[in-house]
Amino acid sequence: MVDVTKADRLAAGQGNALAETLDRFRRSSEFVIMPILALIVSGLLFSVFLLALGKSPADFFSLVWRGGFGTSFSWQNTLVRSSPLIFTALCVAIPARLGLVIIGGEGALVLGGFAAAAIAIPMIPWAPALLLLPVMALAAMIAGGIWIGLVGALRHYRGVNETIASLLLFYIAVSILNFFVEGALRDPSDPNKPSTMPIGRDNMIGAIPGTDVHWGLVFGILLCAALYLLMNRTTFGFAARITGGNLRAAQAQGLPVGRLMVISCAIAGACAGLAGFFEVTAIHGKANASLIAGYGFTGILVSFLARHNPLVIVPVAIFLGGIAASGGLVQRRMDLPDATVLVLQGLIFVVLLVSETFYGRLPFFRPRGDL
Amino acid sequence: MFEDSALATVLLAMFAGAIRVSTPFLFVSLGETLTEKSGRINLGLEGTLVFGAMSGYAISYHTGSPWLGVLVAGLCGACFGALHGYLCKLPKVNDIAIGIALMLFGTGLAFFFGKAYIQPQAPRLPSISFGAWSDTPSLRQALEINPLFLLGIVLAVVLWWGLKNTRWGLTVRTTGDSAPAALALGINVNQVRLLSTMAGGFFAGIGGSFLSLYYPGSWTEGLSSGQGLMAVALVIFARWNPLYCFLAALLFGAAGALGPALQSIGISRGYHFFNAAPYIMTLLIMIASTSPKRSLKGAPGELSITK
Amino acid sequence: MSKFELNRRSLLKSSAAGLLGLSAAGLPRLASAAGLTVGIVYVGPRDDFGWNQAHAVAAAALKEVPGVTVVEEENVPETIAVQKSMESMINLDGAGLIFATSFGYYKPFVLDLAAKYPDVQFRHAAPLWTDADPKNAGSYFGYLDQAHYVDGVAAGLSTTTNKLGFVAAKPIGTVLRNINSFLLGARKVNPDVTLQVIFTGEWSMPVREAEAANALVDAGCDVLTCHVDGPKVVIETAESRGIKCCGHNASQAPLAPKGFITGAEYKWATIYKMFANDLAEGKTLPNFTGGGFDVDFVQSTPYGAGATEAAIAAADAARADVKAGKPIFTGPINKQDGTPLLGAGESLDNYDPSLDQTDYLIEGVIGSIT
Repeated sequence: MVDVTKADRLAAGQGNALAETLDRFRRSSEFVIMPILALIVSGLLFSVFLLALGKSPADFFSLVWRGGFGTSFSWQNTLVRSSPLIFTALCVAIPARLGLVIIGGEGALVLGGFAAAAIAIPMIPWAPALLLLPVMALAAMIAGGIWIGLVGALRHYRGVNETIASLLLFYIAVSILNFFVEGALRDPSDPNKPSTMPIGRDNMIGAIPGTDVHWGLVFGILLCAALYLLMNRTTFGFAARITGGNLRAAQAQGLPVGRLMVISCAIAGACAGLAGFFEVTAIHGKANASLIAGYGFTGILVSFLARHNPLVIVPVAIFLGGIAASGGLVQRRMDLPDATVLVLQGLIFVVLLVSETFYGRLPFFRPRGDL
Repeated sequence: MFEDSALATVLLAMFAGAIRVSTPFLFVSLGETLTEKSGRINLGLEGTLVFGAMSGYAISYHTGSPWLGVLVAGLCGACFGALHGYLCKLPKVNDIAIGIALMLFGTGLAFFFGKAYIQPQAPRLPSISFGAWSDTPSLRQALEINPLFLLGIVLAVVLWWGLKNTRWGLTVRTTGDSAPAALALGINVNQVRLLSTMAGGFFAGIGGSFLSLYYPGSWTEGLSSGQGLMAVALVIFARWNPLYCFLAALLFGAAGALGPALQSIGISRGYHFFNAAPYIMTLLIMIASTSPKRSLKGAPGELSITK
Repeated sequence: MSKFELNRRSLLKSSAAGLLGLSAAGLPRLASAAGLTVGIVYVGPRDDFGWNQAHAVAAAALKEVPGVTVVEEENVPETIAVQKSMESMINLDGAGLIFATSFGYYKPFVLDLAAKYPDVQFRHAAPLWTDADPKNAGSYFGYLDQAHYVDGVAAGLSTTTNKLGFVAAKPIGTVLRNINSFLLGARKVNPDVTLQVIFTGEWSMPVREAEAANALVDAGCDVLTCHVDGPKVVIETAESRGIKCCGHNASQAPLAPKGFITGAEYKWATIYKMFANDLAEGKTLPNFTGGGFDVDFVQSTPYGAGATEAAIAAADAARADVKAGKPIFTGPINKQDGTPLLGAGESLDNYDPSLDQTDYLIEGVIGSIT
């Protein structure tokens, strides 16, 4: 009989601690390395596409670098474009944790921006910026929150598919915006670009000192951190993730699934609404049709690329912002149409989704303890 | 006789719109019905529709034959469908997300290659004048029907009858209702779904070519405004029944014609909302026709959105 | 009449007389450039048979000017993206002159950049520049409503139902002015005509434009025209319905071999080449350049098969009148709601600034703005 002493057991445990750490590293690195591999693969596929057209991939990627990240100007260009993407990606990421796929963030952005501009109209003559801006932000969050919260409610209480419903609500939001901006709330002093009353330069959100980038970026990053904590460190977030994992089990456990869905969607809509708020207060100074710029749709890609993790959304938004920022340079130098960027984004999206199938299957990432 | 009555004008316009505007909806929804009956949902049909419109127009321009353009559009659609079907069969791949991704990718490709075709004029599809007997020009115009519309009706009937009564229809339905049951019967589930998705893409491509080769008969980047996605919603509303798809498509077409028709008789107030009528209507219909308690009658059991 | 209005009018008049280089005091002079780079930003695709194509055609003419390089970017939305695009053209391509060709580019994007880069000249294709704006910014504009007026004259003599149709995108000042001018032209030769307007709500929405065109024809209109970004669909629909049409922005004559009467086209090339030559010669650019037939900033598309002898004669005469400065807006004219715009014997000069702020439709136009 082998006498396994306590000391022997302790010794064996210590040896395993190193293996365990390596295992944990392997498992978590999978979540970083796989997306990077997916990006590399899509880059290769896109290069083949370019070569087939007689264009140089080397030129393309060097222009992307130059236009997106190469100089201080390009960095600022990139950051300014990433700012709305952070908010609209959150609009996809939060409900995604519950298993909902919401693609109508653009509609919440539009209505959020509109609500902010609309509520400012009676306040501009007397309110100082310190009061005006938070009220506008609140209005934007409420408008966006109601819009997407409606999607969540429809999904839970009526079983309506949230993806389609959110997209339909986008088109409806656009018609609401146009109706008011071209009609009742139109600023008469600008006959050629129907807009709401401008909030005035003094009330606009300025740039971070020393840069051309407005404060919206900072708020976006803070919001991502806050929502990460919400989804990963609170009971609400925990309950939400359980619901996302298995709806029936969550219901069986007695979790208030409906409330979770509606609240998560409302939070998501509030984020997109804030995107609209910053577009109005930091860029345009008023609400008009320029709010409909496709940020909501690019945000879908950002969120999926970030695997719906609020912290990862920030670097991914910056990455996609950089690609968008370089689009102009690519157009001018390589004589490629603006849709080139769309093709690249679509390709990245497809390859990334396909890479999901490899999670847990590649031997490198399997914990050695299994062997 | 007709011209003086405002109501008649609007009704006639909606009737004409129902025929004209419904054809893309019809084809896309029929294709998606087949796909969903087999247990897959393909949200990428919007991208397929746009690419079909572009490719159909391009081929018609280069070869001078619009019908060849329609065929090629369908084939391109089938390719997208094949891609969707192939990717979705990989484990752990979310078919809704793939659909969205292919929608973006397909649209991007269509815009990319379509740049050269925005200006040129391609030969358009002919129409059959069912209204030659009438003196009223507007009625005559309303009855200018494109053969694709008629083809769509035939397709709807064939699909409905086929799904109900033939062996392949049963195969598709079994695959969609219960994959384990289908496997037990020896059906290759993945292959059935792949073929259904390809067929779905084929029809969606044809639907897209209708837009660029007949009505409005031009290729531009604003050609589609969510028609592909609305058609997917339409399938749910039609309870996966091809005949109801036809009726629903007509309804959508009529709703699309409402805005301009009302403006033409002088009702202009709130024209933004009339222009949004198809979307509002789709939403209301979806709300009215679904319920979380009852399982959707007719829903294929394997469809991810109904699980 | 305020001093500002006087200044603007006199600027326009002197441009009209062909005296270029008139500028407010203190404008920096551009050294004669051995090679000028011009940047152009388009809001849509370059070959849309419409607004953007008109600019692209002018850009192509500009490329012919020796020593000039042109860089272009298309599909740039009216957001911060355009500011960055223009800045990129300045920083990376060394552009010394930027043409911003869409309404929404001006405030705040062109203005912000003009303040930031005082050595670069910015010109914007809408009559928005005022004295309060930076001196290196400016506006250039072709008064297309003059050409729409001539179109209207031809259309008024081409209709048998006395109903004209107009497919409009959005109810903004320039569009409303074109609608009003078109009707005024038609009524000059045919006092009984009415003009029916349908707003599609978007600058480019082919399905709705086709529906609107069909709806107008079904309502009895037998001449169609439009103001949308890409008139291709409207013209093709009119042709397929067998009715006559007038074009807009660029020449759509090839699209309607049977029914095309004439069209209202921009001739941006005149302005673009003028600016490039001025800069090359070291002259300063005017801040506000606008004009119509008188300075060759707009033109009428050559007549198509749909134009009758009578229509041609009347349209030619009307064009000559406008070129000579005869006003389009002569009273009595009422607005749609009945309030008078002009009394009998009153008239508005074709370059009157109040017309830039048009926010009404005149009597005789059927259709409302919201």
